Amino acid sequence: MPFNLLVLACLTYVIFLFLVAFLAERRAERGRARWLRSPLVYTLSLSIYCTAWTFYGAVGYAARSGLEYLTIYLGPTLVFVGWWWVLRKLVRIGRTERVTSIADMISSRYGKSNALGVIVTMICVVAATPYIALQLQSVTLSFGVFAQPGTYAWMIPDTNSTALWVAGGLALFTILFGTRNLDANEQHTGVVAAIAVEAVVKLVALVTVGIFVVWVVADGPVDIAARINASAIADWDLVPSRWAGLTFLSAAAVITLPRMFQVLVVENSDERFLGTASWAFPLYLLAMSLFVVPIAVVGLGLLPVGANPDLFVLTVPLSQGQGGLAMLAFLGGFSSATSMVIVASIALATMVSNHIVMPLWLRLRPAKSVSGDVRRLVLMSRRLSIAAVLGLGYLYFALSGGSAALAAIGLISFVGVAQMLPAMLGGIFWRGATRIGAAAGLLIGFVVWAYTLFLPSFGPGAILPLDVFLNGPFGIGWLRPRALFGVEGMDPLIHALFWSLSFNTAAFTIGSLLSFPTPIERAQGLAFVYVFDTERAELRGWGDGLAEPESLLIMAQRILGDEPALTFFEEQARAQGKAGYLPDPSPAFLAALERQLAGSVGAAAAHAMISELAGRARVTVDDLMRVADETAQIMEYSSQLESQRAELERTARQLREANEKLTQLSVQKDAFLSQISHELRTPMTSIRAFSEIMMEGGMPEGMPEKYAGIIHEEAIRLTRLLDDLLDLSVLENGTVQLDLKLANLSELLDRSLRAAAQTRPERDFLIHRDLPAEAIFLRTDPDRLAQVFINLISNSRKYCDATRPELRIVVRQRGGRVLVDFIDNGSGIPKDKQALIFEKFARLTDQTRAGGAGLGLAICREVMANLGGTITYLPGQGGAAFRVSMPLRLEKPPLAEAA
Amino acid sequence: MRPRGPVFLARRSYRLRRMRDAARLLPVAGAFLFLLPILWAPAETEARDTAVDGAYLFVVWFGLIVVAALMARGLGAQEEEPGTEGGEGRG
Repeated sequence: MPFNLLVLACLTYVIFLFLVAFLAERRAERGRARWLRSPLVYTLSLSIYCTAWTFYGAVGYAARSGLEYLTIYLGPTLVFVGWWWVLRKLVRIGRTERVTSIADMISSRYGKSNALGVIVTMICVVAATPYIALQLQSVTLSFGVFAQPGTYAWMIPDTNSTALWVAGGLALFTILFGTRNLDANEQHTGVVAAIAVEAVVKLVALVTVGIFVVWVVADGPVDIAARINASAIADWDLVPSRWAGLTFLSAAAVITLPRMFQVLVVENSDERFLGTASWAFPLYLLAMSLFVVPIAVVGLGLLPVGANPDLFVLTVPLSQGQGGLAMLAFLGGFSSATSMVIVASIALATMVSNHIVMPLWLRLRPAKSVSGDVRRLVLMSRRLSIAAVLGLGYLYFALSGGSAALAAIGLISFVGVAQMLPAMLGGIFWRGATRIGAAAGLLIGFVVWAYTLFLPSFGPGAILPLDVFLNGPFGIGWLRPRALFGVEGMDPLIHALFWSLSFNTAAFTIGSLLSFPTPIERAQGLAFVYVFDTERAELRGWGDGLAEPESLLIMAQRILGDEPALTFFEEQARAQGKAGYLPDPSPAFLAALERQLAGSVGAAAAHAMISELAGRARVTVDDLMRVADETAQIMEYSSQLESQRAELERTARQLREANEKLTQLSVQKDAFLSQISHELRTPMTSIRAFSEIMMEGGMPEGMPEKYAGIIHEEAIRLTRLLDDLLDLSVLENGTVQLDLKLANLSELLDRSLRAAAQTRPERDFLIHRDLPAEAIFLRTDPDRLAQVFINLISNSRKYCDATRPELRIVVRQRGGRVLVDFIDNGSGIPKDKQALIFEKFARLTDQTRAGGAGLGLAICREVMANLGGTITYLPGQGGAAFRVSMPLRLEKPPLAEAA
Repeated sequence: MRPRGPVFLARRSYRLRRMRDAARLLPVAGAFLFLLPILWAPAETEARDTAVDGAYLFVVWFGLIVVAALMARGLGAQEEEPGTEGGEGRG
């Protein structure tokens, strides 16, 4: 197999993966990705549990230690088969609390403590970096096999450059598809699709090699069984402590590994998928491990003594002259390595950015000036974190030189992440677990793990001096890293697992029992442990009415993006029975907003941001009573009262709004009558006066023409006013005739801008437009729509008070509707006036009366209603902003239908 | 005093609850069967029976998968009966 061909195949495969991810993202954006979010894809994405370490290493493991490799798969099988215990709860909590990573989950459970988030992030990074290095090593090793056909040794041409290319390519892919957007719940459709494809490739590769080995090289299962019992593998001895310990360890790792948590909980789009995964994922594991022993046995028989059993998956087909099969196996191994690295770096980067970079930024940021788009900052910090994580992995690989020390790192890493198990399980099953306990357990477990397993893994003398191994630190014998408290003869891995988890659990339990939790901790404990109670008591962490909704909206826009933030605020306002985009800052709304933000920046940062705007979290005596109350009766009763009260409040609010509107309407009606007589009278008076002068006669030359001109002008003004009134009445009655045809939005806007330029032509306006977005064909009444546009643009020209006026026209398509926003940079419309501007004769200030009768926006509103659309004022855009929304294809005059 | 749930359940809800019990017990049974080789496989027996051991483990494994698949269908179909979960969890 020529080496160049291999590189070519590899590149083709990588391009194929990019395409898969790209197409998946495109389909998801258009909302046609139902099959991408299926139980099958979910199960396949879980397969990142099987890394290159299991793809190549399992055969080597079997060649060295017989059936013991199975424990790595049996543990996860038990966890998945028992999904009703733990996984179901984890996924439900992950969805209700919008968890972004395992660090976020632990931090959120223990009172949104960022210190815990930092501890967990640190453990994960330390444990996962060598693991990433291991994947890079496996890819370079497998390249090496092809580079030197015939030799099955460890000779690799220029290892570091291969690893560097692989790391760079992976960083590119991960940044492209892992940080495209700050998804509200941190899901990456493109990445998941690519991972699912890779899962199929590695399964097919391993099974094909297995079938080849069993039925082509050997003579079927019976022959294989005979060969197994005759080979050196049959000499293995089951070590009970390792057998049980490793099964437990792999069971713990499958829920605590950051990458597993990412696909299992964070990327989960439907809880029901878990039911399918509960049997399908163990089935996948079974298929992955079925042919491991046969390949190992045949490899031991075929290949020269001293050949590396870790590469049998490649070298066995090669030795039989099966280049194509070896290539498939290579792609399988490549898939295993790349998918693990991609997901692991996304998971780690999310943690680093949410728990280290964001809190630092929040603290160090100059003063309170919330300047700049936070989203760009978060995305940038995530991209940098991905590059840093992969860089660390590469560095570790380069420094350790791909030594044999790496081969053992898989299990060492498992023990490291298993330290999160007590805090995690305790957090979801025991309300008494506290932050102090969790922090103590995690820290002690981490230190014991580092001292007894991680640091010694570099070999005596590398980090820990040889003397420490033999006699303990400072000659204290019972502190020897491989024999704590004089327990000798234990397997080092089991020794470390046993002591680290024992100390961890003890510290966690005792710390929790002795400390006293804060109110937020107790509230979160309640929410996590009783996540399945539908009538969940919502703790009011936030005081009532302290935050200004508009500033909340501005903050939310910076984090969620303009459109999602506006949609969210609109939904919340509607739920409160209010119209518009600004809900009341009720505790329930603040809690919902916090959860929404937590989906982007993590629970701790979201909490900090809201508390900055809403004041400190004030928990009242009333709230504490509710937390302390453990009887179901009172909780049920109070929640009933709560829901009744909410219902009453909602109705009352609607009534208040209706009443306000009615009162205003009545006032307006009176005002309308007096206005209209006033508006009619002014021109009438001058017409009468000038015509009287002209009737008297005897005027100097030229004066009659001048007076006639004035009379004419006033008559035109009168006609225009009457036309407007007539227009309004026709529109309001819904008897207007619409002239529906296809119109290009861009041309309509051009036309409107040209027509509106006549208003105050001396003002120089800077217009921002997005021409590609405007290339939309609408089915509507173009003349009527242009009338609305012209009115909005002229208003902006008249009233925008900026010294360098600018107008931004933003066009979006949402569902079957088109949204056109007109945003200028003036001082906008004060909040108390926003509800009035669409009423007749509503003029904000009398000084700036610019010729109109104050009917313009009222007409606009009626026109849009006739066109099946709306026109609304958008708050919080840094100027006056109007949103025109209309259907893409208007079928029938909608008002006629409704009438 | 929290109010107790009803003493007698309809046949369907009763079955559902026992199905959940079974779902919780399945991993316990699986762990027992997976750890069983510890009893018979210590080094004393010199018989070369790795193939048989492997076959045993794979058969148990596959059996667990089949049972889990059968139960997942039943558990998924009737999820979320109001009140059952909270009552049990709070005990």
